[in-house]
Amino acid sequence: MSLVVKNLRIEIGERDVVDDVSFSVPEGARVGLIGESGSGKSLTALAVLGLLPDGARASGSILWNGREILGLPDRELARLRGDDIGMVFQEPRTALNPVRTVGRQIGESVRIHEGVSRREALRRAVAEAERVALPDPERIVSRYPHQLSGGQRQRVAIAMALACRPRLLIADEPTTALDVTIQAGVLSLLRSLVQDAGMSLVFITHDLAVLAQVATHAVVLEHGRVVEEGAVTDLLRAPTSVVTQALLRDATATLWHPELPPRGVVRDETEETP
Amino acid sequence: MIRYTLTRLGLLVLGLAVASVLIFVSLRVLPGDVAQLIAGTEATPEQVATLRTSLGLEAPLATQYLDWIGGLLRGDLGTSLITGSSVVSELADKARVTAPLAAMSFTVALIVGIPFGVLSALGRRRAAGTALSVAAQALAAVPVVWAGMMLVVVFAVWLGWLPPQGFPRAGWNDPAAAFRALLLPALTIGVVEGAMLLRFVRSATLQALGQDYVRTAAAKGLTRTRALLSHGLPNVGLSVITVLGVQIAGIIVGAVVIEQLFTLPGVGRMLVTDVAARDLPKVQGELLALTGFVLLVGFVVDLAHRLVDPRQREAS
Amino acid sequence: MTTLRRLWSLGTGRFGILIVALVVVTAVVSLFWTPFDPAAVDARVRWSAPSWPHVLGTDNSGRDIASLLMAGARTTVVVAVGAGAVASVLGIVLAALGSLTARWIRESVAVLVDILIAFPVLIIAMMISAVWGGSLAVVILSVGIGFGVNIARVTRPELRRVLHSDFVLAGRASGLSTGQNLTRHLLPNVAPVFIVQLSWGMAVAVLAEAGLSYLGFGAPVTQPSWGVLLSDLQAYIAVHPLTVVWPGLAITLTVLGLNLLGDALREAADPTLGERTPAARTHVPGVVA
Repeated sequence: MSLVVKNLRIEIGERDVVDDVSFSVPEGARVGLIGESGSGKSLTALAVLGLLPDGARASGSILWNGREILGLPDRELARLRGDDIGMVFQEPRTALNPVRTVGRQIGESVRIHEGVSRREALRRAVAEAERVALPDPERIVSRYPHQLSGGQRQRVAIAMALACRPRLLIADEPTTALDVTIQAGVLSLLRSLVQDAGMSLVFITHDLAVLAQVATHAVVLEHGRVVEEGAVTDLLRAPTSVVTQALLRDATATLWHPELPPRGVVRDETEETP
Repeated sequence: MIRYTLTRLGLLVLGLAVASVLIFVSLRVLPGDVAQLIAGTEATPEQVATLRTSLGLEAPLATQYLDWIGGLLRGDLGTSLITGSSVVSELADKARVTAPLAAMSFTVALIVGIPFGVLSALGRRRAAGTALSVAAQALAAVPVVWAGMMLVVVFAVWLGWLPPQGFPRAGWNDPAAAFRALLLPALTIGVVEGAMLLRFVRSATLQALGQDYVRTAAAKGLTRTRALLSHGLPNVGLSVITVLGVQIAGIIVGAVVIEQLFTLPGVGRMLVTDVAARDLPKVQGELLALTGFVLLVGFVVDLAHRLVDPRQREAS
Repeated sequence: MTTLRRLWSLGTGRFGILIVALVVVTAVVSLFWTPFDPAAVDARVRWSAPSWPHVLGTDNSGRDIASLLMAGARTTVVVAVGAGAVASVLGIVLAALGSLTARWIRESVAVLVDILIAFPVLIIAMMISAVWGGSLAVVILSVGIGFGVNIARVTRPELRRVLHSDFVLAGRASGLSTGQNLTRHLLPNVAPVFIVQLSWGMAVAVLAEAGLSYLGFGAPVTQPSWGVLLSDLQAYIAVHPLTVVWPGLAITLTVLGLNLLGDALREAADPTLGERTPAARTHVPGVVA
């Protein structure tokens, strides 16, 4: 199950906010989309799922398993969403419906795609809550989002996205809004879940250090265009574009040894030398 | 929740108290003499003075106020200076016209405002959606009185389907005629109020459309429309509850004017007549009853909102 | 000034400005000239249909409706401006009392505002009329009080927010006096919200004048006003149904213009402004007759 984005262009109003972006995510790959704010990374992700905001128009090609999904009617895309492709968003405070219990929201994913009963959905919700290491899963499912911490809410969001075992997960800055002390936990959760299930991952962030812990390949965006791409280890060692160099500078400010790849960087088994 | 209810109840009582003082004080500051008005121009000064004393107008203000409050607590809203009838009985009688009118108007307003508000937000990029929005804006700007007049011209003068004025003398003993008499008035108030509600619902729905959790719901596998309907609307409903109180107040106010236009023997028309006649005790009682009703509605709406929104309930 | 430009670029803003300008200009012009003397009675031309020279026709006494409309614009402007002024003063005072003073005053004012909000403008108008009889002052005062409380409710959170904001604190720290601090930081932030409410408030005033004059609590029958005109012509709608269209249309258009102006002002001043406080964002609709 692979995702291929070709010559994607997104216009809002008169402006091209994403211009001729192409990248591919083979089965099981973990690709990062990195860039500063406003580089178009989130919009690219939203375009894949057909969730662009009002007034945005996308053109180009997005192939999922060889099937063109850009421009499909919403009903068709809805079938893919959650089932084939899941998404986790940046802001846990607003991503969850405030007037529904957490368990019901997790269970909804299952009910939509597998048509199970309410009771079964709740049972699954407890199981998923456990999977994302939420404390006291049996009781937490009857809580409301405002009763949970930010990190817990994000775990709920992950549970919702993965409940139907999608083949691809798109994570849009999932840890950026979280407290630094919790980020590592959520990141490692994501990484292990993805690896265990053999899912493909598209990870969006502006922090190269974070990316290095999760992805093997990266696509660097600036002003809606791809300025560099390649293996993360290469980007860390020898970035060619100015943008990547700046990102590296920002990232290494928090790292211990700027020359060596930081601990926890994923080593791609088929490491190629350029 | 209990604490909140008690606090709001306290505010309600306080509001009533403040209202009573305001009403009482402002109506006592009267240029001209009520007793004189009643006694007429032929009366001698002595007769007027006797009348004043018997009406209790000679007592100090504070005593008069306390007398009034005492009566209120016993359920006595006062008696008419002119006809001697009790305010409570008059209100009960006239409410038989005003209450159904208000209920019908409210229903019309809900039907006009909520579904069309949502539709106009959903169809905001299509001509129909924009047209609805523009129409609602225009209707909300129409003075209720004029709307009534235009409806009378169309449905009563030109088409002759409905009576232009009046309420059957048999009252509700002739339900069909009574209903027909209230139809145009209710439509008038309902459509104008409904237009305002429509604008609010539209704006709330548009907001819901942009909410992150609606997008999350779509990301789980709902179509965008269903995500909005299923996740966004309940939250829209929540904010609509907050406006309902204002809507009801608006309907009552509209009823006062509309009853005048359609010569309906309701509370509103009675109030207007009494104010013009300077029937102080009656006006006092009626205004207090009306204000009390508005405050009560606000109280109930606040409680309902609090009950329905899980963020505000003390869950843990 | 960018606000003005943005306002003009919005369709609604443009419409609002034009309508308001039209009404004001008509009112001013009517002070010097109207096609006919609005009070001139001429039994020979009673109930004439719209034609030259009575472009909008005449009423039951032969008075020229177009002239009456023009003169009525004067009343509309007076009511709108008057009520707006009263509402502004009351609103600012209450908002200031509710945020700049000692704690017990602040709390009492908050409670007072909450209570007064519940009084519909009409009820206030009736209370005042019962005492002083109907007049334009009744309309101005009751809308002023009724809406002034609304303005206070909306402005107070903005005031408090700015008062506690970082840049005001920074201003204090760098030695600005309270007065300088206020003018430099408070006004520009609170002004947009305030102006929007004012615009809507004036719309409410125009509607109130119509309703109250119709009930007899507003403009006296001798004064040319759109509300009085409505009331006069209403008696004859069975025979001359379409004459009421003119004053009704005039009121509707004016209110529409003011409403749209308020909406556009809100968008133009700062597109994100509405998001900060729910109170400022909500144009809670309330009928005033």
